[in-house]
Amino acid sequence: MKSITNFKIFVGFCLLLGLALSCKGEAKSDPKTPEVEAQEVTKQGQAFIKDDEATPNVLNIAMGSEDHTTLVAAVQAAELENALVNAGPLMVFAPTNAAFDELPDGTVENLLKPENKDALANILKYHVTPGKYSKDFLKKFQKLGQANNQDVSVSTEGDDVFIGEARIVASIPAGNGIVHVVDKVLLPPEE
Amino acid sequence: MKKLTLIGAALLGIAALLTACKDSGASSNGALAYSAAEKVYVSPGEHDEFYAFISGGFSGQLSVYGLPSGRLFKVIPVFSQDAEKAWGYNEETKPMLNTSHGFIPWDDSHHPDISQTNGELDGRFVFINGNNTPRIAKVDLSVFETTEIIEIPNSAGNHSSAFVTENTEYVVAGTRFSVPVPQRDMPINEYKGNFKGSLSFISVDPEDGGMDLAFQVLMPGFDYDLAHPGRGASHGWMFFSTYNSEEASTLMEVNSSQNDKDFIAAVNWKKAEEYIAEGKFTAMPTNYAHNVYDEETHTATSTMKKEVRVLDASELPGLVYLLPTPKSPHGCDVDPTGEYIVGNGKLSADLTVHSFSKMIDAIENEKFDGDAYGIPILKFEDVLGGTVKQAGLGPLHTEFDAEGNGYTTFFISSEVVKWKVGTWEVIDRQPCYYSVGHGMIPGGNSRKPFGKYFVAMNKITKDRYLPTGPEVTQSAQLYDISGEKMQLLLDFPTVGEPHYAAGIDASLVKERSKKIFSLSENKHKYATTSDADVRIERNGKEVHIYMTMIRSHFNPDNIEGIKVGDKVYFHVTNLEQDYDVPHGVSMIGANTSELLIMPGQTETFVWEPKQVGVWPFYCTDFCSALHQEMQGYVRVSPANSDIPLSWSLGE
Repeated sequence: MKSITNFKIFVGFCLLLGLALSCKGEAKSDPKTPEVEAQEVTKQGQAFIKDDEATPNVLNIAMGSEDHTTLVAAVQAAELENALVNAGPLMVFAPTNAAFDELPDGTVENLLKPENKDALANILKYHVTPGKYSKDFLKKFQKLGQANNQDVSVSTEGDDVFIGEARIVASIPAGNGIVHVVDKVLLPPEE
Repeated sequence: MKKLTLIGAALLGIAALLTACKDSGASSNGALAYSAAEKVYVSPGEHDEFYAFISGGFSGQLSVYGLPSGRLFKVIPVFSQDAEKAWGYNEETKPMLNTSHGFIPWDDSHHPDISQTNGELDGRFVFINGNNTPRIAKVDLSVFETTEIIEIPNSAGNHSSAFVTENTEYVVAGTRFSVPVPQRDMPINEYKGNFKGSLSFISVDPEDGGMDLAFQVLMPGFDYDLAHPGRGASHGWMFFSTYNSEEASTLMEVNSSQNDKDFIAAVNWKKAEEYIAEGKFTAMPTNYAHNVYDEETHTATSTMKKEVRVLDASELPGLVYLLPTPKSPHGCDVDPTGEYIVGNGKLSADLTVHSFSKMIDAIENEKFDGDAYGIPILKFEDVLGGTVKQAGLGPLHTEFDAEGNGYTTFFISSEVVKWKVGTWEVIDRQPCYYSVGHGMIPGGNSRKPFGKYFVAMNKITKDRYLPTGPEVTQSAQLYDISGEKMQLLLDFPTVGEPHYAAGIDASLVKERSKKIFSLSENKHKYATTSDADVRIERNGKEVHIYMTMIRSHFNPDNIEGIKVGDKVYFHVTNLEQDYDVPHGVSMIGANTSELLIMPGQTETFVWEPKQVGVWPFYCTDFCSALHQEMQGYVRVSPANSDIPLSWSLGE
């Protein structure tokens, strides 16, 4: 995992450099153009709006958590940032890094490959419900309809609530929904 | 953590640069690729190619824009009082806002639809629904004014409305909320099986456009969301999306999403006409307002109607069939051929497309999968025409171009997705900024879409415009859809919530636009069509002033003999017969709005003077070089004064 992400950084910077150079080349005829375009790039969706006043959204919460770096990397690889900052309401079941580590060796690395972007997006969307329910309230449900179009079961054991096999270990209300931290990665059933 | 953040930053940077480079490439191609600016630029004095009628949602009104410029031309008052145009303030238009609940000064305007002839837009009328206190209004496009409003009984939350059939035989009004029909005092928790939904068909007179509530179809207690008419082979059918087939009445966000599938209800309205002709309806006592504005008297009248013809879908075979549709469908859209009915399940990632010919086949072969309150449910697999797979998150509404493509808005993933009708493959997707609701292609709900542009109506703008405090403008976004890929051209701010829109080639409308009202045809009860008729009449405490206005004076402009406690009616006629010369009038201390009176028109406001003195009135519309001279005085004497009534101009 680490070597791969380091490699990504490297590739990223190479690309960055390359593109920056090619842009500069084109912009020679009009020296003001790059500035204007630099402003344009901040307008690529709600995920990139600077906002210190409003309650953090589900994406902000995940990005701010040290236990969810794998999840955040996956969201970014699948380019799902903008879907997570929408008006929602969105309920995100956020597996911890430890949960991702429990997957068979190589699974995460494999999913992060560009050619597996759709499969990764499908898994991530299986962690998102349109709705906003507290852990207690979830006890009323037997299943939830997830954003990838599949259902996931809801069950209760004492005070614990399980989404599929994953136990909710913490819940953080967000500006556009709620993040339930879970101890397992949810894998969508084969259809 | 730090490393991962770095990766993120690097990835974002790359994405940003890629986009930046793409943009600069496009604009530097000059003659090869038109820039967005060139495409939306309409030179000063030139006209736009299309009218766009965009509803104001909670503003209650209908805005008129030009496309591609995005310029706002007019806000037509429909369901909300508008002080600017005296709508609902002057005596002439107050009856337009009358309902069975009394005078209602606001509503939630939702879905405008343009009248059709032979399945093509004819540019005569725009129909639009009031969501809150169920109503349908008709806007006459010769005057761009609301000329008729009909209240819908047995309905609550008139949402699946105001869509027209392909010869404007009917405008429909499906209820969002099911309610007791007729209304009565009963426990809410006895909703299931007892509450009913109603789908109303309002006929439109082919000659004068007069509306009449022809009949209602009584349905199970679901929620009815949107509707679209059949066309071509499916003409004679109207399709309504439903949700809450669970018949829940509380915590709807959970309880109305329990069933995997809700329904699109296919209503055979030609069959309904047969049943009406055979007398198989119930004449149900009710009470609703029908308000009509007469262009010759410049005055509205409100009539209370007492009966409605009701057809029970549970008892009349062949009237309604239910097409199972996944995940609480919202949009219910019919392609230009009339063959495909698209259900946009708002909790789904897929689009479900039903086939009309398969539906007819399933009906003929009775391929039913049970029934709901006696209404046959067709087998999902037997009516399914295709599925657009994983097109986005939160599909909402689909419009069509003339080239066989569908354009669906996705609220959650905030994008518009272009797909091919028939192969169901996704062709292109473009982001919307942000949270797009409905979309619009001019003529998109007809046999012949004009295509060319797609307008996305966004609920949220956040950083897209200069901030204006916590409330920021909602917006429309214009995309060029003439090529394989869609191109975002323009953002423009909107009035209220831009909920839904209809667009039409301007040439079908602008030639018919009226320039003045003829004075010789003015049949207003208190019209004063020549200065010879100017007068004031007292009837007890009621005083009627027959006043005229022309550049740049009122006649009379000096009035004496008014007393504290009088109720003074200013009936003011604009004698101008010149295009674009309205006058306004307002009186100090009058508890109402100004009047804005078009050439040849008469309007009335009421003033009840409470203080002794000499009080001025003046023209409120900058009418002429001597506008500032256009004024007058009214002398108000004590209640017991014996100063006689007198009036004059220039004496």
